[in-house]
Amino acid sequence: MPPKDSKITHAELVKKLDLQSRKSFIGDKFFKGLVIGASVYTLCMVALVFFALADGSVPIFMKEGINFVIGTDWNAVEGRESFGALPYIIGTLVSSTIAMAIAVPISIGIAIFITEMMKNKLGTILSFIVELLAAVPSIIYGLWGLFVFRFWIRDYIEEPLHNTLGDFSLFAQAPFGLDVFTAGIILAIMIIPIITAVSREVIKAIPHSQKEAAYALGATRWEMIKTAILPSSKTGLMGATFLGLGRAIGETMLVTLVIGNAIGLAAIPTSLFSQSQTLSSIIANEFNEASNDLHLSALIGLGLVLFVITIFINVAAIYIISKVSKSYSNLRE
Amino acid sequence: MIKDNRTKDYKSIIQERVAKNSFKRKVFNNFMTVLLFVFVIIAIIPLASILFEVFKNGVGALSFEFLFSPPGAFGSGEGGIGPAIQGTLIVVGLASLIGAPVGVLAGVYLSEYSSSSRSFAYFLRLFNDVLTGIPSIVIGITGYIALVLTLGSFSIMAGAFVLSIIMIPIIARVSEETLKLVPNTLREAAYGLGLPKWKVVWHIVIKGSKSGISTGIVLAVSRVAGETAPLIMTILGTSLFFSGFNSPVDALPLRIWRLASQPYPEAHEQGWGAALVLILLILALSVALRMFAQKRSTFKSTT
Repeated sequence: MPPKDSKITHAELVKKLDLQSRKSFIGDKFFKGLVIGASVYTLCMVALVFFALADGSVPIFMKEGINFVIGTDWNAVEGRESFGALPYIIGTLVSSTIAMAIAVPISIGIAIFITEMMKNKLGTILSFIVELLAAVPSIIYGLWGLFVFRFWIRDYIEEPLHNTLGDFSLFAQAPFGLDVFTAGIILAIMIIPIITAVSREVIKAIPHSQKEAAYALGATRWEMIKTAILPSSKTGLMGATFLGLGRAIGETMLVTLVIGNAIGLAAIPTSLFSQSQTLSSIIANEFNEASNDLHLSALIGLGLVLFVITIFINVAAIYIISKVSKSYSNLRE
Repeated sequence: MIKDNRTKDYKSIIQERVAKNSFKRKVFNNFMTVLLFVFVIIAIIPLASILFEVFKNGVGALSFEFLFSPPGAFGSGEGGIGPAIQGTLIVVGLASLIGAPVGVLAGVYLSEYSSSSRSFAYFLRLFNDVLTGIPSIVIGITGYIALVLTLGSFSIMAGAFVLSIIMIPIIARVSEETLKLVPNTLREAAYGLGLPKWKVVWHIVIKGSKSGISTGIVLAVSRVAGETAPLIMTILGTSLFFSGFNSPVDALPLRIWRLASQPYPEAHEQGWGAALVLILLILALSVALRMFAQKRSTFKSTT
């Protein structure tokens, strides 16, 4: 409460302050403009990506129509051009499915191990090592896959599987080392740190009271994990999985080096050990050698298909994760 | 007595069963602990193998000539990766010049200005996450259409532009999170001294979380330094040194890819050498990041 007799000085003060604030008003406006400009620039980048892809793929959709998405032919020879993306869509889905089947249980296991079983120094070191995996560039995974891992997997996993279970069509093809199976496994290695990082946050966010309740009922540690952690973090873990899936689908370089780069109908994998091709790997392989504008447009069209698939997956992941963080804040209250 | 015996019987049976059951549960508990530990080992083996192989195969290629001279004739195994190292430094440096200010300012908006317009902030956050998820090769195609086709040649500018698009969402996300850690009391104290908003944001909030923001920038730099796919369609790769902003350059990841695709063992050895240089660069950045991150937690303790 200002004293009543200071009315005049109060008004003067307001005037003075007003003058000063008018000076800083310009600074404020300028800075706010700068900040909003940067935000709008970010929004524009997403729009630019979409419009550039849409614009670049007009010629191929004009020529092939829906056949571009469901066709299986891939021929860039002048006069006999025919482009179908289906084999590469299938190749992408198969390689990332293999990757997810391996990566999801392992990463969730690691996240649980680090947050619940190793709360000491060793846990911090382990999580640092797993984070380091995320820092290795994918081209180096590819190099390692092409010159080292390929032979391990051919000699120790694929050969035995082929020799014992070769009657099943899944393992029928003679293993070569550069195939959809190898690509899937290396993709799994690459996305493990991503899924682990998000899963760790999700598991950490579970209220302690849940875990204590399980312990109080006499649960062993594993039973606590099974009854208190896994059910209440189910959706969050699913969000983490989707993020990993988005990454696996878009990954280019390591896949290009190890998947065998088949073309057209041959790129549809008939067994675990068959050569294949993904959307991103065929773009990387052929972009600089595109023989004509239609071929280039077809590759850009593949980029558009890839873009649409990853947008769907990522938006699903974002939606799931945002829903989870809301439900946790409800739980806490 | 008979009654007593009977109850004793039940008791012992139950006890036996409980003991048996709890033994099973304990064993299963230990089994799962071991299994999860094995998962951790499974994740670590590839990392160990990658680092080991890169060092083992790459050390032999390293030499003064390898680091500073341009590549020799195709498949000869002569020459080096000088232009690639130079190109990576230039392209990543230019990308940071675009990406870092935009990313930090977008983060500032999300943390400091978003309360005025919630729906815009919501869309910005959503689009930021979407941008993070777009495959780098798709962003590369965008750069090809937007810059390479319009300017008429593969160029450093196009490469820097696409890498900056990859950096922005990473930096914005980390900046937003670190700026939010600045305690509100600090902001209120600054407002209380009569500072206008932009001075509060610049001198108190941004300068106060300098280490956190640098963490974000370093994270983004180490991420794009290893990017290959978007560079294929923007800087193309060449065996020459830098010759103007409007011409193609080389980059380390690109050189590794080209060398690995050649059928000559000499080229493969050079590829391992280039991989060693790249991995040392990125590991150095990651260690620096780790040190920044430890400093970063100062604000958490004060809130």
